[in-house]
Amino acid sequence: MFEFDHPTVLFYNSLSRRLDATTWNEPIRVDYGERLIHLLSTICPERILNAKETQASTWVYVVGDISYFSILLFLLGILNECYSGSYKSSLLFSWLSSQKIRRETVLMADNEDDDSQQRVNEGDYVVLKRGDIYKAVQIQKKKKTVFEKQWFFLDNAVGELYGTTFEVVSGGTLQPRKPKHVEHAADAKEAGTDNRHILDDGKSQKLTRDDIETLKEQGLKGQEIVQQLIENSTTFRDKTEFAQEKYIKKKKKKYENSVMVLRPSCRILAMMYHGREPGKICHLRYDTLAQMLTLGNIHAGSKVLVFETCAGLVLGAVMERMGGYGSVVQMYPGGGPVRAGVESFGFPPHFNETLHEFPIQHVNALLAGTLDTDAKDIDESPDAEDQNMETNSSENSAAEKEAQEREKRREIRCVVLQGQEKKVRMEEKRKKLAAAAVLLQGRNADGLVIASRFHPCPVLLGLIKFLAPSRPFVVYSQYKEPLIECYTKLREQGGAVSLRLTDSWIRHYQVLPNRTHPVLLMSGGGGYLLSGTTVTTDTPKVNTEPTSVEEPAAKRVKLEEETE
Amino acid sequence: MSFVEYSEFIQEGDVAIIFLGHDSMMPIKVQQGAQTQTRYGVIRHSKDLIGQRFGTKVTCSKGGWVYVLHPTPELWTLNLPHRTQILYTTDIANITMMLELKPGSVVCESGTGSGSLSHAILRTIAPTGHLHTVEFHQQRAEKAAEEFREHRVGHLVTVRNQDVCKEGFGVTGVADAVFLDIPSPWEAIQHAKSAMKKQGGRVCSFSPCIEQVQKTCEALAGQGFEEISTVEVLLRVHEVRSITLPLPDFGPDKPLETPTDTRIPSNASVLCKTTTPPREMAGHTGYLTFATKPRIHCLFYLQFVYFGLIMWI
Repeated sequence: MFEFDHPTVLFYNSLSRRLDATTWNEPIRVDYGERLIHLLSTICPERILNAKETQASTWVYVVGDISYFSILLFLLGILNECYSGSYKSSLLFSWLSSQKIRRETVLMADNEDDDSQQRVNEGDYVVLKRGDIYKAVQIQKKKKTVFEKQWFFLDNAVGELYGTTFEVVSGGTLQPRKPKHVEHAADAKEAGTDNRHILDDGKSQKLTRDDIETLKEQGLKGQEIVQQLIENSTTFRDKTEFAQEKYIKKKKKKYENSVMVLRPSCRILAMMYHGREPGKICHLRYDTLAQMLTLGNIHAGSKVLVFETCAGLVLGAVMERMGGYGSVVQMYPGGGPVRAGVESFGFPPHFNETLHEFPIQHVNALLAGTLDTDAKDIDESPDAEDQNMETNSSENSAAEKEAQEREKRREIRCVVLQGQEKKVRMEEKRKKLAAAAVLLQGRNADGLVIASRFHPCPVLLGLIKFLAPSRPFVVYSQYKEPLIECYTKLREQGGAVSLRLTDSWIRHYQVLPNRTHPVLLMSGGGGYLLSGTTVTTDTPKVNTEPTSVEEPAAKRVKLEEETE
Repeated sequence: MSFVEYSEFIQEGDVAIIFLGHDSMMPIKVQQGAQTQTRYGVIRHSKDLIGQRFGTKVTCSKGGWVYVLHPTPELWTLNLPHRTQILYTTDIANITMMLELKPGSVVCESGTGSGSLSHAILRTIAPTGHLHTVEFHQQRAEKAAEEFREHRVGHLVTVRNQDVCKEGFGVTGVADAVFLDIPSPWEAIQHAKSAMKKQGGRVCSFSPCIEQVQKTCEALAGQGFEEISTVEVLLRVHEVRSITLPLPDFGPDKPLETPTDTRIPSNASVLCKTTTPPREMAGHTGYLTFATKPRIHCLFYLQFVYFGLIMWI
């Protein structure tokens, strides 16, 4: 809501990740909201066209008056040339704030009408949903997918919009369901007042198992089978209205064979893993994961260390919150990083540029400054297969080694191409390791997230050294006692404040007219979290007072802290 | 310093959190020449803070020391000046995840209140997202807008002073997520729906009373929202303690044979590390009701577009 005679306007295209600047020659009044879309299209039609073509959202910033135009253009030239997307905007923002330019976000010209981004493509990672059941799959043509004891092909989902519900028809093909409203069973039916006349004799349903199977074979849809069941139930009419509703819901769940195709998100995947395979994610409940992301202050543009053995769910969640800005370093144990879960998030390719990895067996070397990223021994680590080979050779005697070497050479000759490929891969790995080491060496990471089946104490004490002071860290463990140990050790060692050991409690509710109450079953526990903030360990710089004056006071403060 | 970007050193105009001891903190605005009184003495901003690294120990005039921390939305939630009842981190964490917020999300919020949730939303949606926050109390809206500027997140947020139940959020078809923390959320569901993108999105309503939840759920179902689910989340804190448990003395096992000096002395005890719950905890904050707005069907949406075009002409 401000005026410039010739405003300089900055565009940011989220897909091409290009920054662009322009100036308007006619004086305009800049207002918030939809009116600017109109403005843009009349004054600057080619820019709007540009945005449309790339099918991305465009951010528009009004930077200031015309005097900023040339300097901004010059800066953008450098930025667009030299930096990848993730740095660009943050660099520019910091420059803008350093210039104390009055800048305001005006609008996002989102291409609302364009649905191409919203459609399912072959190769997409999607989530199937039925009721409360989720399953993450990749869309592959002619591939049988098993979901809820039913198999089908996802071929027909390609080209459809995300969020579409499909009906599974004979032959396992999917048919998009028409978005019509199902006429509810609210057409004033008979209902009983209570259940005094209802007997549990197993005779109320006249249809047998075989009858239902024949109905299914005849190609009846779920809805129709449920209708048949109701008509053949002798007690349905005597049930109360509420019980009838419940009966229909139950039968629908059993016989309906619809499946919804959704775009994956942290919420959906966390709930899916918790429901399907809690063992794989160390029983990390979704609300606990939510706490971790918030307590860890995970946000775009920061440098976060992640140590997890939760199939990649935690890593993926962190990456989603960073949105492809900043960097994530996965500290991994053993042969190679596990991140099957990250794939399920279906991130755009540029997210991978922000993901780095570092094997924890090199942490001590890195801390001691003895890690040589050019050394040969580095090559071994990332791949389990490679590692085995290398460790074997180092253990064996020289003669055996030679024999092995010969063997190796022969193999190599046989598969020269493969060998070369491997070499290239190794080289890449070494480069990656070196890049991750550079990120860690500064010991200025902005966040640390740990969720593993390992004892959290050594993990935390080892990795906390890479954090800058005044940065949050959060450690998850399925068990409380190891975290108590962590807490005690950290307290003794210092370097962290606001230590808190917590767990969270979540209860779902059934909300219905006159029938609102907590759901009968609830999760018994979602694991424990230790969170805190790092601080410097060195003693404060004494300004004027001699140290002798300060020391007793420091002790007093310490005492106070402990008693609190 | 910014609430969406870390910096290493303390600068003039920054907000810093002074950590005085366990659970005792205070926010300060760093200003050249200013002084802050703490129970450990005076902190001189120019000398003790400006140019120092966040997270360093600062010695106060009385010789005691404190830590200066970089502000985060979580620390802000614990330290902000209360103008209203605020949302705490446990609820905020779940709201953020269940609304599927991430960098680039466009969010509508009402009411702004003291800005506890707003700061957390801004942190998550930066640098490309936007928050449209609506507060019906003029003074609170102004104060919030001022705070956002001071915290260098002003470019990510639009504060509007209006009644969301009557006037809506002031935007249409832009939001990925809507959050409601108002006395009668059911009156704002329609506005929430129209503020959201046609591709759909997520909505959350926070209400302390179950009657509010009841009405909200009815309104959500009536407006065609799906996946309606109500949850309650509580944080349980475990305070780590070293405790000493005395062992009972049952006297000598075999009175005739055992020499007295091998017996457990009557004052024997065992030391163990354990946790205790706090004497009192927050047992209820509010119910969180989430729902999904399904995508509007194309034909239906086209009508909107045509209507919009006609309005333009």
